[in-house]
Amino acid sequence: MTRISLSTAQAVLAAMAAMFLSSVPARAQTIDETVNQIFADSTGWFVSFIFASIPGTSIAWIVVWLVVAATVFTLYFGFIQFRVIGHSLALVSGKYSDPDDAGEVSHFQALATALSGTVGLGNIAGVAVAVSIGGAGATFWMILAGLLGMASKFTECTLGVKYRNEYPDGRVSGGPMYYLTKGFAERGLPGGKFLAVLFSIFCVLGALGGGNMFQANQAHQQLSGVFGEYPGWITGVVFAAIVFAVIVGGIKSIARVTEKVVPFMGVLYVGTALVIILMNADMVGSAFGQIFNGAFTGNGIVGGVIGALIQGFRRAAFSNEAGVGSAAIAHSAVRTKEPITEGFVSLLEPFIDTVVICTMTALVIIITGQLVTDPETGLYVINEAGQVTTATGATGVGLTSAAFESAFSWFPYILVVAVVLFAFSTMLSWSYYGLKAWTFMFGEGQVQELTFKVIFCVFIVIGAAASLGPVIDFSDAAIFAMAVVNIAGLYFLMPIVKRELESYLRRLNSGEIRRFK
Amino acid sequence: MSAKLIVGYDGSAASDRALDFAMGRVKLQGGTVVLVHVLEWSPYSFLTPSELEERHKRRTEELERAEKALIAPVLEKVRAQGIEAESKIRYGHIAETICNIATELGAVQIVIGRNGHTTLGSRIFGSVAGHLAQASPVPCTIVP
Repeated sequence: MTRISLSTAQAVLAAMAAMFLSSVPARAQTIDETVNQIFADSTGWFVSFIFASIPGTSIAWIVVWLVVAATVFTLYFGFIQFRVIGHSLALVSGKYSDPDDAGEVSHFQALATALSGTVGLGNIAGVAVAVSIGGAGATFWMILAGLLGMASKFTECTLGVKYRNEYPDGRVSGGPMYYLTKGFAERGLPGGKFLAVLFSIFCVLGALGGGNMFQANQAHQQLSGVFGEYPGWITGVVFAAIVFAVIVGGIKSIARVTEKVVPFMGVLYVGTALVIILMNADMVGSAFGQIFNGAFTGNGIVGGVIGALIQGFRRAAFSNEAGVGSAAIAHSAVRTKEPITEGFVSLLEPFIDTVVICTMTALVIIITGQLVTDPETGLYVINEAGQVTTATGATGVGLTSAAFESAFSWFPYILVVAVVLFAFSTMLSWSYYGLKAWTFMFGEGQVQELTFKVIFCVFIVIGAAASLGPVIDFSDAAIFAMAVVNIAGLYFLMPIVKRELESYLRRLNSGEIRRFK
Repeated sequence: MSAKLIVGYDGSAASDRALDFAMGRVKLQGGTVVLVHVLEWSPYSFLTPSELEERHKRRTEELERAEKALIAPVLEKVRAQGIEAESKIRYGHIAETICNIATELGAVQIVIGRNGHTTLGSRIFGSVAGHLAQASPVPCTIVP
């Protein structure tokens, strides 16, 4: 069983690699065009499959899959995300941490690391994509998806800690690959290993897509917006060299600097957004009006309400990764006797990422009037690409940049630094997630690790050179493919989480679990 | 129970002077020297995913190194002079952790050395001696 699925994994990955290498450019093109062409041609089928509509409707099945899962978890755990949030904050601030465990990974650290992998371009560029395709109404669905996603995150991170591997030398490895294997075995269910390998394959693709190419792509767009147009592969090579230095060369100082600066940039970004929102406090009401109105009428966007809903959910899932399984890998290193506590902590992640930060980006874009509406009908003006026309014609991160620039002319420079750093920290996190999935399939060892790391760096160059459309489609598709497998597994394993939850809450209420501070 | 003198010890020349001072006191008055070594640590710092993975391993290694290379030889040296001695190795904020241990053990005094930072340096980085002088729950001797 194991051997068959492992060789399947190898075959699929080899096929993927061959596709990228086999197409030869037919005519003279620039490097960027060639890369883009090959990339779009070779990933199209995968993207079409993931985003296929349910027959007879225009609704992508994957969106339904995510929404249904988040709703099921929310109901199954009795709106857990609203019941325990106070306790979550107490856990993060260390009130329940045993002082004797000082020096081990704290709840705060696990949360911060997981957040630095998710807060990033999804919050800056992804939101811009959502509102430029789905209108202001997409924001409403995004917030709802964020709130529901908290329950998905709770489920997967609890399992991540419960079924992690602890090695004799003290290292820990966790994530969906481990809970799918061990959790299924514990419940006597077949197919755990198969799902784990399938998840690992998609996790590697997700790491190369959303965790890598999308980041490189948007970083390049931002850099060339400020410094003038230049070929994307140049940005790609520079980024690849730095990432290579960190993950292969083991130059920890670069990673450490990033980890210090990223939270600072995050605070600066949110702070600036807040200032812009406060400066236009009188517009906040009408902005929310647009958001609610658009959510239920579509306001003239292509696809109407469903279009707004799909964009909102798609971008929320891409941004907070709830149900995707990636966070379970980052959260599993925490030091705790109770796996459920990490679930409580992790549910703060979609809240901070989506409900707070994404919403702020959306508000700034809406308040500064970036989305062009027809003054007579009040509906959005749609361009030939089927998107809402923006005031400057920008899309993606460029749209967010234009929105902030309209309030502070110097902000694009700050945003360049922020985008580059966010992109970099997200890449580092995902290179780790991808590596964990890779070594789960191919075994731990220097050769296996190096192979993955080199492939990872090559994809940075591809991502920076390709254009946004194919990259974002592939990135979304790969990350959602992870969610297909992960959530399928979560349905079978959620009774285990429920048992943990009931036992913990009983002991918490009886005072058996005590506070240290 | 004999009176306990806590000595903040990190292997520096300043902490050696503090230890000498404390040993002198104990020889005259009796009591126990408690060597306290604190590994600077904040649960609110940021780590990369691979640092998270290795944290438990590193912690074990760091504690072992502190015990074997730093504290054990000194403990032996102190005991060789016929002075009762014990040790504590902890993670945390240095001054706060020393204060906590003092309360825990019911110590009579904290003895620490000072590095003689310039005013500017200690203003920027804070100083353990300064913090202890402010916050110590028991009398605190700062050895120059």
